[in-house]
Amino acid sequence: MKLIVDKLFVLRDSRAILADLSFSVEPGSSLLLLGPNGAGKTTLLRTLAGLMPASAGRLWLEGGRSEPSLGELCHYVGHLNAIKSSLTVEENARFWQRYLGGTPPVDAALASFGLVALKDIPAAYLSAGQKRRLALVRLLLAPRLIWLLDEPAAALDQDAQAALTAAVTAQLAGGGLIVAATHQPLGWPNERILRLQPAARAA
Amino acid sequence: MRALWELVRRDIVIAWKEGGTLGVALGFYLVVVVLLPLALGPDLNLIARIAPAVLWVAFLLSALLSLGRLFEADFEDGSLDVLATGSLPLEAVVAGKAVAHWLTTALPLIALAPVLGLLLNLRPDAYGVLVATMLAGTPAVSFLGAIGAALTVRTRRGGLLIGLLLLPLFVPTLIFGIEAIGAALSDADSFAASFLLLLAVSLAAMVLAPPAAAGALRFQLQ
Repeated sequence: MKLIVDKLFVLRDSRAILADLSFSVEPGSSLLLLGPNGAGKTTLLRTLAGLMPASAGRLWLEGGRSEPSLGELCHYVGHLNAIKSSLTVEENARFWQRYLGGTPPVDAALASFGLVALKDIPAAYLSAGQKRRLALVRLLLAPRLIWLLDEPAAALDQDAQAALTAAVTAQLAGGGLIVAATHQPLGWPNERILRLQPAARAA
Repeated sequence: MRALWELVRRDIVIAWKEGGTLGVALGFYLVVVVLLPLALGPDLNLIARIAPAVLWVAFLLSALLSLGRLFEADFEDGSLDVLATGSLPLEAVVAGKAVAHWLTTALPLIALAPVLGLLLNLRPDAYGVLVATMLAGTPAVSFLGAIGAALTVRTRRGGLLIGLLLLPLFVPTLIFGIEAIGAALSDADSFAASFLLLLAVSLAAMVLAPPAAAGALRFQLQ
């Protein structure tokens, strides 16, 4: 299925954050959003996830079922990690797996991001990079067609970046789509780049 | 359905592990109820007469303290974004969190109420009906509270604002709760009417609050 965005406008307090944006993402390919701070990368991801309404324009999946919302087909990994610090690493992972209705084994997902040794530790004790890994584990716990990633590699070390690239490669090989906001080159297969500029401020 | 159950279970586990919110609510309940007789002086009959009202009002204030955090923690750590993009509708997320709040905060407060009744010289035949009215009426507190919590989720120091928003909504529950206790103690016929209205307010809140709170959350997440 192909993700198409057509003439998308997103306003916030009557300021245009995104103006007249059109692009498409083919199955099995990734789109990297580049641009300076405030260019609207996060806003675009949140709009795709259905968290923000589009003021004008359309976004849809070509060849999709008449699905109710794009959000249910998405994994959204924002710049916040969605981790409960009083729960252990494993409890965090298990909760999201069950909530998102996934079946893949939790241990294997934790292992791919090198968190198995930490699984009984409360998430409060994790470092920033380890918390980021745990947030990314969510991607492997339930299959979703579209991954929306906001600065996925922030705070990740080399091993974790390699693990992320491996997960991304598998997702793309399975016909999935990825849209990621980033400041650093990620070296993913089939990547295209969309440069966002701060939109004209008057609307 | 599975996702809803998991959400309720997670909130109960977190409440159990963190314990702070419940501790503050229970402590506040205790302090308010202990202070009032000190202020009123040693008139045992007066205290016994106003005991049900004191226990109900202090209950509402204690519950308010904990309601401010209902969505705030999930909003701050990004969990609410993920909860909102799951297959569970946001209305069901709200209902699940309100149920978890009732189980983890309202139930312990209700369990404490008879103990505090002892301190207030509550009539022996009033304990059963006090607990019964609280069980019937407090689901409305958790569900209506979800509306206030959703509206103030982005507001720093929203604690006072949530009180102003919610206390008027709690008026029907308070009136019918006190009314039912008074009727039961004076063997009046109006007990059944008051008690059923108390249940009706709770049921209406359980139906109407989730869409309202979900609408507020959608706006706050933008």
